[in-house]
Amino acid sequence: MSKLTKSTVRDSLSVAITVGTYGVAFGAASVAAGFSVLQSCLFSLFTFTGASQFAAVGVVASGGVAASAIAAATMLGTRNALYGIQMAPLLKVKGARRVLAAHITIDESTGVALTQAPRGVAAMREGFWITGTGVFLFWNIFTLLGALGAKALGNPASWGLDAAVPAAFLGLLWPRLQSNFLRGVAATSIVFAMLVTPWLPAGLPIIATIVVAVVLGWRAK
Amino acid sequence: MSSMAMWIVLGATCTLCFAIKLLGYLVPEPWLANPRLQRINALIPISLLSALVVAQGVVVKTHVVIDHRLAGLALALAALFAKAPFPVVVVAAAATSALVYHLH
Repeated sequence: MSKLTKSTVRDSLSVAITVGTYGVAFGAASVAAGFSVLQSCLFSLFTFTGASQFAAVGVVASGGVAASAIAAATMLGTRNALYGIQMAPLLKVKGARRVLAAHITIDESTGVALTQAPRGVAAMREGFWITGTGVFLFWNIFTLLGALGAKALGNPASWGLDAAVPAAFLGLLWPRLQSNFLRGVAATSIVFAMLVTPWLPAGLPIIATIVVAVVLGWRAK
Repeated sequence: MSSMAMWIVLGATCTLCFAIKLLGYLVPEPWLANPRLQRINALIPISLLSALVVAQGVVVKTHVVIDHRLAGLALALAALFAKAPFPVVVVAAAATSALVYHLH
């Protein structure tokens, strides 16, 4: 392993701890949706991509069928493939290390790796591995805590858990709205989802909003 | 949803999300380099997350319903405008929603 720069380690760990704590919200949302503590932990161990996990339990909580939950989670996960394409030439991993690298290829590990570019390829690699494994560790610990906490609390509405979940989605959405066009996509999607809600089975309006992304992405700049 | 269906959701989500991650390391770059595909792919999380806010915040089954959750969401929005960190946003929303739920 190459010599670590202090700043790369600091960047990686601060992201890992901050993001990892969001696992509390996932664990709580998952249990509120009806999943067991064990199932919630398995989600975080093996899916390990926050937005997709929230989507799967979110669709289940809103009464959607299994196929809708799986499709929403999978569509939200497609961006990780694009991260993999960016990371593969940097990491040059094969075999078991490639499987491990793929599993921790998420927004945060890729983001930290790319921001280390001025410090060189070695720093980018360290940033990726430390952030990825750090988020993995904290995300799973906090998922367990959130799931146990929600289990102990009981009625989700009584503790505001039913509002914490959409607030978490809003929090995941917010940093992505970096231009008027992207804010327009979000606003259109919100209106579209509300309009189709009475006409489609529960959970399906979520998948249906992909139409908005396709239509607006087809010609947009 | 039946317990069996929930295990299916769990298993399929884990498998497919990992398969997608691995795909990025296996496919040749030009495959996914199509600009239109990339643009749409960048917009999908925004559309889906927006729809999830709606589905979780203002929908019960197949109806748009305004209740205590919207009060929580409003506060979450205010917290985001004030650049509050994620945990503050979530806790503020939960506390507001719970308060309105109990007052009601």
